[in-house]
Amino acid sequence: MDQPQPMNLPMDAHRRSGAFPPEVIAQIQRTATEGHYEIRGWGAKRDLPTFDDLLFLTASLTRYPLEGYREKCDTSTVLGTRYASKPLQLAIPVTIAGMSFGALSATAKVALGRAASAVGTSTTTGDGGMIAEERAASRLLVYQCLPSRYGFNVDDLRQADAIEIVIGQGAKPGGGGLLLGQKVTDRVAGMRTLPAGVDQRSASRHPDWVGPDDLRIKIEELREATRWEKPVYVKFGATRVVNDVKLAVEAGADVVVVDGMQGGTAATQDFFIEHTGIPTLAAVRLAAEALRDIGMEDTVQLIASGGIRTGADVAKALALGADAVSVGVAPLIALGCNSPTYWQDGSDHDASDGYQALGTEAGYCHHCHTGRCPVGVTTQDAGLEARLDADRGARQVTNYLKAMAMETAALARACGKSDVHNLEPNDLVALTVEAAAMAQVPLAGTEWIPGRQDKI
Amino acid sequence: MEPVILSCAELSTREINAALAALPDGASARVLEPRGRHNLAVGLSNRVRIDIEGNAGYFIGGLGDGPDVVVHGFTGWSVGENLQAGSVRVEGNASECAGASSRGGTIVIEGDASSRAGISLKGGTILVGGNVGHMSGFMAQAGVMLIGGDAGDALGDSLYEAVIYVAGTIASLGSDARIEELTESDVRAVKALAELGGASFGHVQPENVTRVASARGLYNFDALKDQKY
Repeated sequence: MDQPQPMNLPMDAHRRSGAFPPEVIAQIQRTATEGHYEIRGWGAKRDLPTFDDLLFLTASLTRYPLEGYREKCDTSTVLGTRYASKPLQLAIPVTIAGMSFGALSATAKVALGRAASAVGTSTTTGDGGMIAEERAASRLLVYQCLPSRYGFNVDDLRQADAIEIVIGQGAKPGGGGLLLGQKVTDRVAGMRTLPAGVDQRSASRHPDWVGPDDLRIKIEELREATRWEKPVYVKFGATRVVNDVKLAVEAGADVVVVDGMQGGTAATQDFFIEHTGIPTLAAVRLAAEALRDIGMEDTVQLIASGGIRTGADVAKALALGADAVSVGVAPLIALGCNSPTYWQDGSDHDASDGYQALGTEAGYCHHCHTGRCPVGVTTQDAGLEARLDADRGARQVTNYLKAMAMETAALARACGKSDVHNLEPNDLVALTVEAAAMAQVPLAGTEWIPGRQDKI
Repeated sequence: MEPVILSCAELSTREINAALAALPDGASARVLEPRGRHNLAVGLSNRVRIDIEGNAGYFIGGLGDGPDVVVHGFTGWSVGENLQAGSVRVEGNASECAGASSRGGTIVIEGDASSRAGISLKGGTILVGGNVGHMSGFMAQAGVMLIGGDAGDALGDSLYEAVIYVAGTIASLGSDARIEELTESDVRAVKALAELGGASFGHVQPENVTRVASARGLYNFDALKDQKY
């Protein structure tokens, strides 16, 4: 075969445009052909200030560390102590975020539930209701009350362990959910009271209330319907965090969940994912400060989410004031998301054809919206779903969650803390001016916190 | 059996709802002096009759799965929200979002309902003797509405499989809603609904109502077809 001749291009021929780099050119070309925005899964892909921009000042002479492998460091976490008669008692400060049956396969939901139960934490339902398999697999299950109210019913409400009223999510604060027709199978459609195969577009506001004054009444209704037993969480995408946290607390929330812009989704418009909300790093600090402002930091618990991957992320979120974190994309990766292979009938199989058919490859796939997940996690296709082994998946997620909790505790011990919740902003410095400003911790090597007049 | 008497002047919402939830099937209760109290008779699963003797607030009879609730007065927002079984009857007018997301059972508003009546409806039956405000039937997925009076703007916007019958005029239809020909089975259905609604639906002539349903043009994305959202 003839090889293409190497072109004799001048050295500056591949001058990349800042405004119109190749990926932007491709995006404009695609939009011009299809006439609409790109819909995709996952969260923001752009570079943002993150927890990676923070470092721990672990113990030395001024503070002594705890023995890493010997001295106890408590990771147990209680959520919902304000009004609920049955708060959630978690063994670790990491919970599984809301992801719907519909977006995820039933096997994925079951694997996550088993893993969470094995490590003593909770999972969360999602838009579309509760499936019996998940209820059976998850010892602690948080039931979401979403604008769509798909599959929402009082029976499942009663068999939940906590209730999460979803105002919005980090991937698309202000936008409703999407589930494209290829994933709206008969079972998914039946649960959502929709015709099978429709491109399902969820509402972005609740159908029966608007605003903080109404939310207070809504929370009371849900508590009345469940005898004031269950913690009520209020979740929103991080935008006007300080006011939102204060209003949610005023409305009676037991737990506030703040989802930063890195928070994932199974299908959302790309312009929402990349251009709305604020980074998780800034959101955690603002939310914690809002709770302190109104003296509720010991009464209302704060869950931070959006792009959390490691025990170091967890420890930093806790140090900035979160009581727990939620993870969504990360445990899906532990299940097999973006793996080049899948495990079926006792051996590994190559999944690259599946990725190629979606126009992507392992490591870059964000094609949850297509329902053609090559590793069986975000699909409703029986053949693809069979590529996910529930036992193996549960084991992998269990390993991952355990490792995260161990990392968190190890960092806390190194900071001299016998409880991961004793980590504090004082234990942190920032690598960049941006992170220093957002987290309100000093730039490493200085006493400077951008925006503050006083020295620390 | 004599009805149990519960007064909002003396009892908290929690005490009233706990007392209502404890009633055996077939029992009845009267809730006195509601004075706009929210969340009365919510989340009940017993087969009981509850009379609320005056005007009440938000979510009356919400999340119900069996009881028959009658409000002898007006209600605030979202009466009978997410109702699954049983009924809620309002003898006066209802505020916004009457019957939001209701999945079963029957909600009867003898007077007028405000905007977004039947929003997100998922299988319930909503009967309004008088008028409804704008955006009624918004995103209604399943179930049926009968409006005895006039409907405001954008009726049935983004409807799925729910059907809306209107006896009076329609200010305007919402996106993807259309008027369909009335069949004999529609006439029979409307006759039965009007009978279920009672005296305040006496003026409804089943053969003269307008049937509104989804044109199903928005069920699937097609940006190149100039879809109107």
